[in-house]
Amino acid sequence: MSTIFEHYNYAIIIILMMTGLYVVFASGNMIKKLVGLSVFQTSVFLLYISMGKITGGQPPILTKADMEAGAKAAASHASDISHGAAGVSEHALQSASETIYSNPLPHVLILTAIVVGVATLAIGLALVVRTREAYGTIEEAEIDQLDYQRNQEGEGA
Amino acid sequence: MFTPIFALEVGLMAMLVVVAIAVVRMRSLFAIVMLQGVYSLLSAIWFVVLDAVDVAFTEAAVGAGVSTVFMLGAMLLTDRDSKPISTQQKIVPLLIVVLAGAAMFYAIGYMPAFGDATAIVNSSVGAAYVEATKREMFLPNVVTAVLASYRGFDTFGETTVVFMAGLGILLLLGLNGHAGQWRAKPNGHNIGNTAPNAKRDDTQENSEGGSA
Amino acid sequence: MNPHLILRVVAKFLIPFIALFAFYVQFHGDFGPGGGFQAGVIFAAAIILYALIFGIDAAKRVIPPSWVRIGMTLGVLLYGGTGVATWFLGGEFLNYTMFAPESHHAAGQHWGIFTVELGVLCTVASAMLAIFYAFASRLPDLSDEDW
Repeated sequence: MSTIFEHYNYAIIIILMMTGLYVVFASGNMIKKLVGLSVFQTSVFLLYISMGKITGGQPPILTKADMEAGAKAAASHASDISHGAAGVSEHALQSASETIYSNPLPHVLILTAIVVGVATLAIGLALVVRTREAYGTIEEAEIDQLDYQRNQEGEGA
Repeated sequence: MFTPIFALEVGLMAMLVVVAIAVVRMRSLFAIVMLQGVYSLLSAIWFVVLDAVDVAFTEAAVGAGVSTVFMLGAMLLTDRDSKPISTQQKIVPLLIVVLAGAAMFYAIGYMPAFGDATAIVNSSVGAAYVEATKREMFLPNVVTAVLASYRGFDTFGETTVVFMAGLGILLLLGLNGHAGQWRAKPNGHNIGNTAPNAKRDDTQENSEGGSA
Repeated sequence: MNPHLILRVVAKFLIPFIALFAFYVQFHGDFGPGGGFQAGVIFAAAIILYALIFGIDAAKRVIPPSWVRIGMTLGVLLYGGTGVATWFLGGEFLNYTMFAPESHHAAGQHWGIFTVELGVLCTVASAMLAIFYAFASRLPDLSDEDW
């Protein structure tokens, strides 16, 4: 039980993902399917971003102090190389930075995923529009029925 | 443990679950599309609570903005309501979803604890990117530095995917809405028209060329 | 009295600010949340708002469909062109330090990131606008009975 309490965010997100997946499987209407897919996608993004959160952390935008510390460390690293001493500057950098930043890597991956998701959604909606013009309906059961009838009548209908 | 932030997170999670269940139960497509916009907006707020400001910006603009506009545009061209489905058709999807959910709940014990700084996912590559941006990139926004420079190939692929989506829409629907509705006669053969409400005059032999 | 008077006045007031905000987000992506994708979507939203209030034909006079077609390809070309330019300057594909090899504060990286984000802005704004034009120009083949 304490496991669920530590991982409460994953539990809720799994419930949201399964709800979205259920809408995709159990709806006959094509636009409702696409809405369910969009809900499922957004829940998956929530899963990844909640894994990258660090307690007591900040958004991954460097503060002024960290930027100056980084510039100083880089300059001293360059001069250390010319003088032949290494490893001292990194030590100074790590001990100076006190701010904790949340993990930026999931943010990068999910940014890409969001934009690709809207691109595929647009293509899916265009296909639904063309299907509606060809069959007169967007319910799957009726499309199956029309296909069956047209196959019965032979090609060229 | 029970800080105001925790209360905010619990409130957001509850609203998200309510909106998701409403999407399952409703039949009016207009309401479903609007609820999807509300879902995106609520998850954008949760992204801000989880310190993902870039992602929240993109999700609010894309999910609650243009995505809802596209769905409304598609809905204008199709139907307004969805038909109900019989109870018998709901059994197998429910079974699949319950089984998949149970499998994921079984795996929850192996996931890193929420907010853990020492988990492998947070302490190896992610922290290295923050350190590398401090030392060599001199840009405050770590996400932009990683997106455009360290992982620039992925962003190139993403830009190409957006371009291909635009191209696909041009082929399917046309910038002026005419794709699939024009007539053309290369080599004397009539290329058929796919839209059922277009004028079908196969016997006419004087339809010239095509207009894109 | 035009029944949509309030909408037209408010939209005329807001649309320039939305476009300006898009460019602000684009150029401040290095210093705060933002970047090419968000800016592209916000700029497309400004034009979509104009089309919703004043009609799709008025919007097509502002941003003609030929510009949209060119914009989609121009963005990808900018991105790939930056990579090819770094090839010619002696580095690998998309190695931005070749733009300013002797700089101590990573000026080459800044120039490279600036150019690729510009390419992303062009492609995303044009693609979103193209999709909107496609959906809005297609005539529905059922009569609007009831909403």
